[in-house]
Amino acid sequence: MSATGGNLGLAARGLGAIEPAPDRKKRRASRRRRPRLWRVTIFVLAAIYFIGPQLAAFKFSLVLSSGKYGLGNYGQIVQNSALRDALFTSLEISAITAVVVVVLVLPTVVWIRLRAPKLTLLLEGITILPIVIPPVVLAAGLEQLEGHSPQWLVSLVFNHALTGLTPFYVILALPFSYRAIDTGVRAIDLRTLVDASRSLGSSSFSTLTRVILPNVQTAVLGAVFLTVALCLGEVVIANILLYVTFPVEIIQVGQETGPGVQVAVSILSLLFVFGLLFALSFLAGRKRGATSTRLI
Amino acid sequence: MSTESTPLADPSAQDVGIAAAVAARASVGVNFKGVQRHFGDVAALAGLDLEIHPGELIALLGPSGCGKTTALRILGGFDHPDAGQVIVGDRDLTKVPANKRDMGMVFQAYSLFPNMNVRDNVAFGLRMRKQDKTVRGKRADELLALVGLSQTADRYPFQLSGGQQQRVAIARALAIEPTVLLLDEPLSALDAQVRHQLRAEIRSLQLRLGITTLFVTHDQSEALSIADRVGVMHAGRLEQLDTPENIYRHPATAFVAEFVGAMNRLPGRVGDGDEVQVLGQRLKLRNRNERPAGTAVIAMLRPEAIAAVPDSAGSGEVVERTFLGASVRMSVKLDDGQLVLVEEPSHADAASIGQRVGLRILAESTTVADAGE
Amino acid sequence: MIFLGLPLYSVIHGAFTTDGGVLTFQNFSTTFSSAADMSAFKNSLLIGLWTALLGAGLGTWLAAAVLAGNPGGLVQRVVSSASGVLAYFAGVPLAFAWIATLGSTGVATVLLQHIGINLYSGGFTIASLTGLALAYTYFQIPLMVILITPALEGLRPQWEEAAQSLGASKLSYMRHVAIPVLTPAFVGATLILFGNAFSAYATALALTGGTIAIVPTQINEALNGNVIANQDRVGLALGVEMIVVVAFVMIGYWMVQSRARRWLQ
Repeated sequence: MSATGGNLGLAARGLGAIEPAPDRKKRRASRRRRPRLWRVTIFVLAAIYFIGPQLAAFKFSLVLSSGKYGLGNYGQIVQNSALRDALFTSLEISAITAVVVVVLVLPTVVWIRLRAPKLTLLLEGITILPIVIPPVVLAAGLEQLEGHSPQWLVSLVFNHALTGLTPFYVILALPFSYRAIDTGVRAIDLRTLVDASRSLGSSSFSTLTRVILPNVQTAVLGAVFLTVALCLGEVVIANILLYVTFPVEIIQVGQETGPGVQVAVSILSLLFVFGLLFALSFLAGRKRGATSTRLI
Repeated sequence: MSTESTPLADPSAQDVGIAAAVAARASVGVNFKGVQRHFGDVAALAGLDLEIHPGELIALLGPSGCGKTTALRILGGFDHPDAGQVIVGDRDLTKVPANKRDMGMVFQAYSLFPNMNVRDNVAFGLRMRKQDKTVRGKRADELLALVGLSQTADRYPFQLSGGQQQRVAIARALAIEPTVLLLDEPLSALDAQVRHQLRAEIRSLQLRLGITTLFVTHDQSEALSIADRVGVMHAGRLEQLDTPENIYRHPATAFVAEFVGAMNRLPGRVGDGDEVQVLGQRLKLRNRNERPAGTAVIAMLRPEAIAAVPDSAGSGEVVERTFLGASVRMSVKLDDGQLVLVEEPSHADAASIGQRVGLRILAESTTVADAGE
Repeated sequence: MIFLGLPLYSVIHGAFTTDGGVLTFQNFSTTFSSAADMSAFKNSLLIGLWTALLGAGLGTWLAAAVLAGNPGGLVQRVVSSASGVLAYFAGVPLAFAWIATLGSTGVATVLLQHIGINLYSGGFTIASLTGLALAYTYFQIPLMVILITPALEGLRPQWEEAAQSLGASKLSYMRHVAIPVLTPAFVGATLILFGNAFSAYATALALTGGTIAIVPTQINEALNGNVIANQDRVGLALGVEMIVVVAFVMIGYWMVQSRARRWLQ
């Protein structure tokens, strides 16, 4: 995470350096891009506020339980089997959730854009729900369900984190993914693509997988990465339902190994997700639309 | 007057509208003196000198990146020159900020404030001038009548068509009784039919109001049809400033010749005196520029300056023929491989495809470029 | 919808019934008469309100500063990626970062002690409401950046220039055009921020180990605490009350949006 901060600071310092860009865009930009006081101020403040704690965390993670400085805490991460198991569980859940989400969302978005544009507003409304319905409430409901479910269902679904959590992570990931993919689909000329593909004799399925998917690749990747981020970060439902996932284990690991390891894992996980999204922004930037660098 | 819609085509109604809408403000001239503007090492304006007479409409024409928009933005106060002066009337406006310049600006598109209805949009400038609410409402209605949009006063911009939005933008720009009207490709986002109609309306409005106007466009037919004088710009410089007729018929430079209208480039040779030999004919040479006799040059000739006469012993063959209504356009392939574009009135007995023809140049003079260009 | 609806139904159903399945409001009146529950609600509302306002203001400022820069440049990429991480992922890790900074042995705490300011003797603790609010703002600002950026991008440069050419100063452009145009998006985003902070639990869980009195803590305790029998249903009642609060927020959101639809495409 300290990388983020570093870049922000760098950006604040580098404001004066502007390379020329073509015509109109450049004209506007050169007028605007003089390092104005308010921009510098906010960048510096943001840098302090956002990097400060990460630097502090990094320093903290270097303190060993013996009181000396070293990278020992990072070494312990690899050796801790509980942490490793939890990470694999979470990665499994992430992968399955991501696949399910894309399979659900992409056809829905395409269908709505083509056949029922009036539903757009309704769907946007629905997709807000999982953002604002408190996860703790969702978890409470789940616990209730578990308590009242017949034994076969419990052993089939609730007894394992993979089956117990994935459906609900899908729900949580739907809104973000919907928004990401919808933005992508909106940017292409969907109807022409579909008509062209159909007129060349392809089925709906191959139109979707061979024509639409490659064109909204970046948006789909964005949805996937956000889903992964969400699954790796969600702690409330897992905690209440007593599943040991990666973030839950991060909290628990502190009790066994001391806070140093805990913080070290936190930093690494933040860097990992940041790296995913940052790489994606370059992938998106390669395509024409400059606005598509925004993923969310 | 304030409520009914006034079609611009009705002159009697319009004079009333204008009398009410634009309190007589004397037209002023505009003068660019050696205006320079650089972006990095690119010169958007490399020393522009341009004088716009009071009440005149000048169209700046050129490819994108030629500096025409920069010139307009500098006049509007949205960009500032690195060197040179901008004089309007007898005031030096070079350092005056945009909001103190009293200039009406119409943008390419989407410039109406989306949160205000049409009337409030038009009245915005007056509101900034602290005019009374009833006064500005009345003025806005008058101006809307002037552009024929009285019935849309209470609508919001997104409910209007592109053409209507641009009319409102024009009314809004005129509401402040601007000294100069700036039009930044105001028609380029509209479809052809609306574009032609609005073009004529803008011109008639401008003539009636006598307002000094700078119109920027990349569309040559637009520039030629609307302006008193057209300035063709290239690489930050004014290549030629002249009436539309002269720009078209007597282009001063090879760039102007090629940029405005279709143009044939035919090999020729400079003769004695101000003459050039092209296709075996002698033409007057307009830009000799010290070229010695015998220099190989390229002569610029319009398709309509050449006639194709059916002649079995002619030097070329018609390879393509397009009927355009009032005229017929043909491609003639000469025996040496050169293609020549010819446009003849359609009442003439035009040659048909495959027919042998001889070419005859109808123009008396021509502009030439160096053969290497 | 099933996966969302079923748990919700079971929460609502459970909250309104006794263990025997009889309709009752007893669970709700228990929460209303419980001082702990009520103060938790007050805390949750307060923290939601403050971090929403703070996050909205600072987030808009940051987003505007980023957009004024080079489009598609490094600053934009970094801020956009970092916002995504912090807003959607970082609940637990950032709690630890805050402990490392402002915990009783945190870096900032120690530094401040060196220059003579003792935070903890002044009554501050990272596990307090203030500490929590400080940590929440850390993801509220990035979320605001994400939510408000499209709206800021929608402000066309022509509007400012048109306003200028009509005689408006920068300030009057802001007042008459930019702010009215942004208001629906701003208010909508602020409401979402409120909902986000109101429902958030991960950071609180990691930061305070579940000791701070906010509603999700109370629910968790009621469900897993097993101190008193029948607490489960009280927890569910708290859940329903949370949903009601969120529902009001959503109604507010829709009202703002539909008001804007008067002139929005």
